[in-house]
Amino acid sequence: MTQNDAIPAARRVALAREPGRPGVSGAVQALITDFFEQRGDRLCADDPAVLAGVGLFHGRPVTVLGTRKGTDLEQNLACHFGMPTPEGYRKALRAMEQAEKFGRPILTFVDTPGAYPGLEAEARGQGAAIAACLARMSTLTVPLIAVILGEGGSGGALALAMGNRVLMAENAVYSVLSPEGFASILWKDSARAQEACELMKLTAADLLELQVVDRILPEPPGGAHTDPAAFWRTVDTALRDELRRAEKLADPARHRQRRFRAMGNDWLSAGKETI
Amino acid sequence: MNDWFAARRQRMLRLKVRREGERPFTPRLSAAAPVFEQCPRCRAAVTRARWEKNRLVCPECGFHRPVGAYRRLSMVLDPGTFQELDPELAAGDPLDFPGYGEKLAGLRRRTGLREAAVAARGRIGGLPVVVAVLDSRFLMGSMGVAVGEKIACAAETAEKARLPLVIFCASGGARMQEGILSLMQMGKTAAAVTRFREKGGLYIAYLTHPTTGGVTASFAMLGDITLAEPEALIGFAGPRVIEQTIGEKLPAGFQRAEYLQEHGFVDAVVPRDEMRDTLAKLLRLHQKGGARRDAE
Ligand SMILES: [Zn+2]
Repeated sequence: MTQNDAIPAARRVALAREPGRPGVSGAVQALITDFFEQRGDRLCADDPAVLAGVGLFHGRPVTVLGTRKGTDLEQNLACHFGMPTPEGYRKALRAMEQAEKFGRPILTFVDTPGAYPGLEAEARGQGAAIAACLARMSTLTVPLIAVILGEGGSGGALALAMGNRVLMAENAVYSVLSPEGFASILWKDSARAQEACELMKLTAADLLELQVVDRILPEPPGGAHTDPAAFWRTVDTALRDELRRAEKLADPARHRQRRFRAMGNDWLSAGKETI
Repeated sequence: MNDWFAARRQRMLRLKVRREGERPFTPRLSAAAPVFEQCPRCRAAVTRARWEKNRLVCPECGFHRPVGAYRRLSMVLDPGTFQELDPELAAGDPLDFPGYGEKLAGLRRRTGLREAAVAARGRIGGLPVVVAVLDSRFLMGSMGVAVGEKIACAAETAEKARLPLVIFCASGGARMQEGILSLMQMGKTAAAVTRFREKGGLYIAYLTHPTTGGVTASFAMLGDITLAEPEALIGFAGPRVIEQTIGEKLPAGFQRAEYLQEHGFVDAVVPRDEMRDTLAKLLRLHQKGGARRDAE
């Protein structure tokens, strides 16, 4: 499936963080027509690090959600370099509710180093906001397809990625923590990040094997940023196919619950069978 | 016959609490030495017997010392009602992380725990309940596959038996050594407690020191009722990470239980000597709250 099996994990981390890496804004431009962006969490603020809206995917209304890093320094700063605040997750939650109400499938595009670790973010319940997204995604009766485009960092990424199907770009990475954070916690030495990359099983191929993701989206040689148009064509074909299949699910909520209920269970001993 | 079982269960719990007492974190004392343990906060010398009697709360300053899982169960469950669920449950080493297997084996030996979570059926104030407890002595109570499974199974047991669910959280977050699979346990546990709640079950989240990271951002913050122990650190990002990000010192009391209550995320900060009565009262108030009768 992947042409570039020999690329080391650390190189993929660098590719995933490439400044020109295609993100959710690119996805909307390339895949969605008649897009209408929805802003605000209806509580206190709008966080540009989360993009939410409704549009047509091949003529069918869908809800689009994604984390956004911004394309220039001003936007980068406004988006905390792609790290959402609780307001961002609560906007996502609002978009999920509307998708449920209007029976629209949800497409999510993830590229975040993680949720924003700030004083206000904590005061306003970063943990509670992410937990609310996870809880809501587990019960949505509309299909949800998640695409890990670049960095899938920690709970801040999972908060938009509890999909019936989870797709992952070939050079994207998805992990419990950044390799730097991982090395710093486990070895008290963030300089060992390179080593962490190889150990963490954070590449698309690793995660396919662990059944955390279901499908790898091949990228042009050199990475998705070298030929975004070609990359989006691949994503478009895959999403059409996945959506067609997901819409045949008798009970998307139950399917999602079972999918996540089984996570890691191959590694259990004296464990119960899954429901 | 029932009495015989109850007595046996009580013996089992007492035995496990005693094994817990062997933890390396308490200074080992010879039988002849005076059995004093200093309060980590006010430095008062308090006899071990007094610590025990006072539920590991300092009689001088009120400092709440961490409580191990079996000891916590012995504090909240009615005597003789403890029935452990899936006691043997454990997980493997998905990353082949160097030294992880040996680390787990050592902790198992020293703490008498199989993993960082214990789940049990029992009664509080006479009312049946499922209780899960995380133990911060076992790799900071971090959530790997086994802890995620314990929590999910506890929610499922409570759902099937139509019992209320109480979870005592104490966790540094995701279990790094299990990589992405530990992150996925956030989805697993959030879905499990949500399903239980949607069927009408009462879920009480009891946040103890520390409750952070992936546990905070999943089942810890999804309770119908959320209680917290005094001064417990509760947050998503760790204080050090936040200080590095914002480049300044955090205010005193930040991310403590009282701060969370002030900001609307905790119903009540409950001192340990009121823990059992508070839970018993909440269970009484929700007597039909195990699960709706019409639930499938
Ligand atoms: Zn004291």
